[in-house]
Amino acid sequence: MDILLHPAVMAIIKIAVIVLGFVMALGTVLTLMERKWMSAVQDRLGPNRANLGRFTGHGALHMAADGLKSIFKEDTIPKGADMVIFYMAPFFGFISAFVVWAVIPFAMPIGDFKFQITDVNIGVLLVLAMTSLGVYGAVLAGWSSNNKYALLGAARASAQMLSYEIFLGLSLVGLFMVYGTVQVGTLVEAQNTYWFGDVIPKWGIFTQPVAFLLFFAAMLAESKRVPFDAPEGESEIIAGYFMEYSGMRWSAFMLAEYVTVVGIAGLTATLFLGGYNIPWLHADGFHLFGGHLPLPVWLIVLLQIGAFITKIVVLCWFIIITRWTIPKFRFDQTMALGWKKLLPVTLANVAVTALVLLAVDSF
Amino acid sequence: MTESIRRLEELDFGAEPMVIEVGPSHPAMHGITRFRCEVDGEVILSMEADIGYLHRGFEKEAEASTYIQVIPYTDRLNYVSPLINNVGYSIAAEKLFSIEVPRRAEFTRVIMMEISRITDHLTCNGATAMEVGAMSMFLWYVKAREYLWECVEEMTGARLTTNWTRIGGNANDVPDGFLTMLEDRLQKVSDVLDEGEKLVVKNKIFIDRLKNVGILSKERCMAHAFSGPMARAAGIAYDVRRSDPYSVYDELDFEIPLGTVGDCYDRYLVRQAEMRQSMHIIRQAIDMLPPGEFMSYDRRASLPRKHEVYGSIEGLIDHFKIVMDGPKPPPGEAYAAVEGGNGELGFYLVSDGTGRPVKCRVRPPCFNYVAAMEEMTVGHYIADIVPIFGSINMIGGELER
Repeated sequence: MDILLHPAVMAIIKIAVIVLGFVMALGTVLTLMERKWMSAVQDRLGPNRANLGRFTGHGALHMAADGLKSIFKEDTIPKGADMVIFYMAPFFGFISAFVVWAVIPFAMPIGDFKFQITDVNIGVLLVLAMTSLGVYGAVLAGWSSNNKYALLGAARASAQMLSYEIFLGLSLVGLFMVYGTVQVGTLVEAQNTYWFGDVIPKWGIFTQPVAFLLFFAAMLAESKRVPFDAPEGESEIIAGYFMEYSGMRWSAFMLAEYVTVVGIAGLTATLFLGGYNIPWLHADGFHLFGGHLPLPVWLIVLLQIGAFITKIVVLCWFIIITRWTIPKFRFDQTMALGWKKLLPVTLANVAVTALVLLAVDSF
Repeated sequence: MTESIRRLEELDFGAEPMVIEVGPSHPAMHGITRFRCEVDGEVILSMEADIGYLHRGFEKEAEASTYIQVIPYTDRLNYVSPLINNVGYSIAAEKLFSIEVPRRAEFTRVIMMEISRITDHLTCNGATAMEVGAMSMFLWYVKAREYLWECVEEMTGARLTTNWTRIGGNANDVPDGFLTMLEDRLQKVSDVLDEGEKLVVKNKIFIDRLKNVGILSKERCMAHAFSGPMARAAGIAYDVRRSDPYSVYDELDFEIPLGTVGDCYDRYLVRQAEMRQSMHIIRQAIDMLPPGEFMSYDRRASLPRKHEVYGSIEGLIDHFKIVMDGPKPPPGEAYAAVEGGNGELGFYLVSDGTGRPVKCRVRPPCFNYVAAMEEMTVGHYIADIVPIFGSINMIGGELER
């Protein structure tokens, strides 16, 4: 039994449970849910034809059908493609989409045990560094495909992701100032403190509302979701950087996209929506207006995991519904929005936060 | 063109522009068209339209067919509003034969043409919205189009390949319950239009994508002989229904919506407004629909009634001659234009007195638009090709015949 408690073994088990059991699973389900939610918006039924005999599961079998289909599809490689890079590119996006989950806690720590793969002290900075690696997937895929449309997509992707990287990081500076830490575990615990006599929780969205919007927009742009999906631009440059991919490699891009959506949702929930916290639920039960409802620890942990997953699913739903509601920006408009509007607002947000904190401290 | 030359000289580092082929197999090229674009980064320096991928030889086929046999071919011209083509051709043929069409048939034709105009504009505006990313809009509009196509099916028996008009009238009368069904469907379509407008018309992203994109001024529109919504979006009050009334349009009351700038956004709004006007026209035509025949039964061009065919030798001979030789108009020529979904759709027929036209020429409205694509796109971004091309509503069947 001791070997199981070794930190390395523990970490591997946690990775398996979180990545395979939750992130990958939710990402796969999202491929179906996107189509289902989209069809709900568009007054139609959505996929419902894949079946095993009479069982269709309202389209649930499409997940398996899609996977099988892409495995058995021919893996075409365009003439003149740079083979090594072409083979490698899908994995960059895939890996960076998963690494985010290394630092995200799912429930409060019990003693030494943390419901989190690792709680490194550079926390959020690691996440930022890793998400910015995702750009390599797009750029290398576009470059190695030997296709002009793919090249345009890669150029768009790199310009967009590098620009939005800047205020993605800057939008979080205000948050770091308020909570005084970049360590994710501490950040989440700090969000379980309250204003006005234990009534309003100090969640990121309440302490830094502007930063929340900026961060969310920047994350959408980072992951190339609508309205910032010019790098993929299916109507003008067809699929952009991954237009030459087929079969399982193409699926890797698609799955990476959905995993990134889960990642955005997870990160936003952690940083701005109180992470696993449920309002007024402390380590020993609910506290509100002086009343106290004690709860056993296992129930609290379960409640917290449930709350966290609920927040993630709601955010995923929001991201997906956005895509089917609004049109998308042209590429130059995306850039203009980033540099001319969002960046100044981000800087102003940092300045105002600093001034307010200074004012609060000095009184 | 001058601007594109100037921009070529401004390229940095003596770089060469990249040549990119948009089409023929490209999601934004409705049907199949090819644009050969030279781009500097994302900015289009020059563009060359290459058409003809959908050429089927309609005009040549018409020369080998009798006047009646041409009608089914016209379905395939503008395939989102086939009834307008049917009527347009029939009006030209009726001019050639100098046949009067019964008033009931005329009003029914107006109803069906306006339904087709709505379906045409729904397709165009829906596709434009989809191409700038509002995919849901397209599917809503397709849903609305489906309501109307069911009406078309009720009337003609087919959704697309209608083949509904005849020389001197229509294939059939208004079926039972059609008018109430149509009223109901119009209300539904109107609701979808309102819903769609709520979603995009005031949306900042949508406006950014369409406003000031693909501007063609009033003067340039005239120089390119634009017609239809494209010309009206630029502020030219030209509508064949008003300026050269055919059928019974001079008895109906409707407005011609006009744009101001002539950009994609104006075209979008003009089409939206025209759909509402079309509904207004349909409602009037339903109220004014007179009783009477749906066919003139003119001996020269239409098949006699069945009881005459079976009951009299003259009827039988007429039937035989019209089926075998085709109706024979006097030698001469006729041109008739109708306001198609895209603009002025003209049919020019030349007869030498035999049963087959010597020449059948179509004036497709979108030919001029595609010719002006370069002028509209140079200096814009690659991504702008999509809404511009969407807004001109090129229909391959009509353009390339």
